[in-house]
Amino acid sequence: MSGDIYKKPILFAVVSAVVILIGTIATMFIPMLTPQMHPKLENLKPYTPLQLVGRDVYMSEGCHYCHTQTVRPLKTEVMRYGEYSKAGEFAYDHPFLWGSKRTGPDLARIGGKYPDAWHYGHFEDPQRFFAESNMPKYGWLKGYPVDPVEAEASVKALGLPYTKADIDALKGKNKLDAIVAYMQVLGIAVAKKPAASSAQIMGDKKNPLSGNASAIAAGKKLYDANCAACHGAEGKGGIGPSLVDNVWLYKEGDVSDGFIYTVIAEGTTAGKEIEGRTAKGGMPPYSSMFDQDKIWSMTAYIRSLQNK
Amino acid sequence: MGKDYQYDNQTVNGFIVSSIFWGVVGIVIGLWISIQMWAPSWNIAPYFTFGRLRAVHTNGLAFGLGLGAIFGIFYYIVMRLTKRPLLFPKLARYHLYLFNAAIALAAISLFAGMNQSLEYAELEWPLDLGVVILWVIFAVNIFGTIIKRKEEQMYISLWYIIATVVAVAVLYIVNNLSIPVTLTKSYHLFAGVNSANVQWWYGHNAVGFVFTTPILAMFYYFLPKSTGIPIYSHRLSIISFWSLVFAYLWTGAHHLVYTPLPDWIQTLAIVFTMFLIAPSWGSVVNGYYTVGADWSKMRTNYLTKFFILGITFYGLQTIQGPTQGLRIVSQLIHYTDWVPGHVHMGTMGWVTMTAAASIYYIIPKIYNTQIYSEKIANIHFWFVLVGQLIFSVTMWITGIQQGALWKATNPDGSLAYSFMEGLAKNYPYWQLRTLGGIIFTVGMLFFIYNIYMTIKRGNMASSKA
Ligand code: HEC
Ligand code: HEC
Ligand code: HEM
Ligand code: HEM
Repeated sequence: MSGDIYKKPILFAVVSAVVILIGTIATMFIPMLTPQMHPKLENLKPYTPLQLVGRDVYMSEGCHYCHTQTVRPLKTEVMRYGEYSKAGEFAYDHPFLWGSKRTGPDLARIGGKYPDAWHYGHFEDPQRFFAESNMPKYGWLKGYPVDPVEAEASVKALGLPYTKADIDALKGKNKLDAIVAYMQVLGIAVAKKPAASSAQIMGDKKNPLSGNASAIAAGKKLYDANCAACHGAEGKGGIGPSLVDNVWLYKEGDVSDGFIYTVIAEGTTAGKEIEGRTAKGGMPPYSSMFDQDKIWSMTAYIRSLQNK
Repeated sequence: MGKDYQYDNQTVNGFIVSSIFWGVVGIVIGLWISIQMWAPSWNIAPYFTFGRLRAVHTNGLAFGLGLGAIFGIFYYIVMRLTKRPLLFPKLARYHLYLFNAAIALAAISLFAGMNQSLEYAELEWPLDLGVVILWVIFAVNIFGTIIKRKEEQMYISLWYIIATVVAVAVLYIVNNLSIPVTLTKSYHLFAGVNSANVQWWYGHNAVGFVFTTPILAMFYYFLPKSTGIPIYSHRLSIISFWSLVFAYLWTGAHHLVYTPLPDWIQTLAIVFTMFLIAPSWGSVVNGYYTVGADWSKMRTNYLTKFFILGITFYGLQTIQGPTQGLRIVSQLIHYTDWVPGHVHMGTMGWVTMTAAASIYYIIPKIYNTQIYSEKIANIHFWFVLVGQLIFSVTMWITGIQQGALWKATNPDGSLAYSFMEGLAKNYPYWQLRTLGGIIFTVGMLFFIYNIYMTIKRGNMASSKA
């Protein structure tokens, strides 16, 4: 009897379909009907038309083949990229763009990590920022204006709220503006944890490696690879302020080694106060990326620039 | 009898030649993107940047080379196992033309950056409709011919063929449901975590029902045909078939380990993933024991080694795959180059190896001749084998290294390596991968030359097959 199925193609097809549908229903259809698959964080804002156009560019350029957008709840991953991803962060993502390969770093928390100017410079020429990067150049996106009509159709298709002013604001924008706007909104629905305070580490606030020639050499290497893109090859400034003048966070006058250490380790956000000086924001934190030795080495290197 | 088959044989031949053509396109682009990964100046904006070419590579090979071969070889197998020509010969010919038009449009649209951004479901919605039509045409002919068959019992390969036709239809339609905006752009109907769950249910089963079941159908048909030894155990085939098609659909979430997808779906998927070793190895064991009846076939019949090596890589793939699903392993290798290493052992070592051997079997049969040169086939074999091994092994090494560097910490708890320091260590391996790719490509050129010469000296009209 059971052998008959191998003589009845239609029956065989029906039974196969049923067998295939069991797992499908259990792991896909049923969950879809439950709220756990449709969570939304309270802080999550819908994409603006410009951000959505940026997201479209991300999809068409296949950025997701090199970048992921989900931070796993693993210790080192949280240190590298920030708070791990929550299910409720993706409610407006049609489709999700978590990716499957990290040829480049995760972008789930890229929003607010760098100032806009950094992104424009980086898209234009990633290799100028990181000589060994294999990311393609995307400056050419400037030549492609945003089409307000299509953008409006897109937000409408997804049922996202928008105003006429949002659409009017698209005039004169290009696709590079759009992708930068999209970068800046990624992951900001979850509050950034403040970087670990470095108060204890600093001790007497004197650099133990001050003037140490090999530390300065090591500091220069780290600086060239990580900081030069923003502060200039010789520290004369660019996206970030000059490190060779005697102005620190917009106030003339010398600061302690501990001040420099703190800025590098904790980074800055607008309004943050360090030794009575007020930051405007834009300096990324490096405490999870570099150990104390490395940060003191860079501090020593920065001091050496000033003494020149 | 020969005359009845001649028209259909031309269609089979048409699919095989098209598949080889798209294979060349896809492989050349594979070499190109492998170079872009260590020489970014090889990106030519806007049409030929990595993000666009990679989609052409995967689609060109999965659908152009893979499906093209599957369509042609399935038509061939179905006619032989039902002992009759195709029920709708003209329809099969239209299927061939439509297939080539669809793949050409797919490639053009991907170059142009039209991408739904769902892996293996990148094509935009008008093309999806085309694919559905193609599939219906295919299904009608396959089912029609099987229903009107002249051999009562359906052989194992027909089971896998039927399962493939049914499963791909369900998978493709569900995952491509989308909200169209313009003719060239749409958004996935599903959002966020749910979208991820649907996509990887699809994605894993695209591997299951494009790179596994159809290739098993070929394996079960052509291995006994080439060696003249019947399949070792019919009962084992039955058990492995049903448990494979049952279990596959539960496992998609092993692509989403440690993501925000609810834990229970991940865990359930991991459990079924472990179970998948059993039915997969059912076929591996069946293959080994079949040839085990007479191992001298490995020497005397040049195709045997293609099938045995192919099923060996399938066996390794189906141990490696489940291992990757475990949380402890996923932690280390997920998102790294280990995964392309896994992928290409399967696609180059199992899929392409088995499909190429099936084509070696078919072409001389429908052209009523012998293979042009067994020696060239042997050279082909060794080149693709060495090329693939270099590719996979280099990616496994650099993948583990990458995973380890990402997790490494200094004594004070800070990260030991910046992202760039980790990236830079891949370069020598990526360069070696390109070398492996070139060796594989040379092997494929030997294959193509051999097939071309066989066709040239054959004569389809005289064929009795
Ligand atoms: C070939 C792979 C590749 C592609 C394609 C690619 N990137 Fe990158 N990306 C990288 C690598 C490698 C890095 C790290 C080095 C660097 O910053 O250049 C990076 C860095 C970045 C960074 C900085 C991340 C950080 O935390 O410092 C951003 C932002 C970024 N990419 C955005 C994009 C966008 C948007 C696209 C698509 C338009 C894209 N990338 C396409 C490989 C790629
Ligand atoms: C994305 C660009 C960027 C990068 C990369 C960057 N910085 Fe900064 N940096 C800034 C900005 C912007 C400020 C001003 C901060 C503010 O106003 O809050 C700043 C401020 C500073 C200051 C205080 C200087 C002053 O004059 O106020 C120091 C010291 C410093 N950075 C060191 C470094 C070091 C060392 C690195 C590399 C490890 C680095 N920065 C990498 C953007 C950057
Ligand atoms: C010369 C031979 C080949 C070369 C050089 C090559 C190269 C590549 C490269 C560089 C990638 C991107 C990996 C990454 O993003 O890190 C890739 C991905 C891929 N290739 Fe190939 N490839 C070749 C042959 C094939 C064949 C024959 C197939 C299928 C039949 C195939 C299927 C795929 C698939 C499915 C992916 C996506 C993998 C993933 O998402 O992890 N490739 N290939
Ligand atoms: C029992 C069988 C198998 C299991 C359980 C399995 C499991 C897995 C897992 C867990 C991954 C995800 C790895 C990661 O991202 O961390 C993966 C990726 C992949 N596997 Fe397998 N595998 C199996 C067999 C195969 C076979 C036979 C092929 C044939 C070519 C294949 C092709 C792929 C491809 C193309 C991907 C990449 C998907 C992507 O990220 O784009 N697998 N597999």
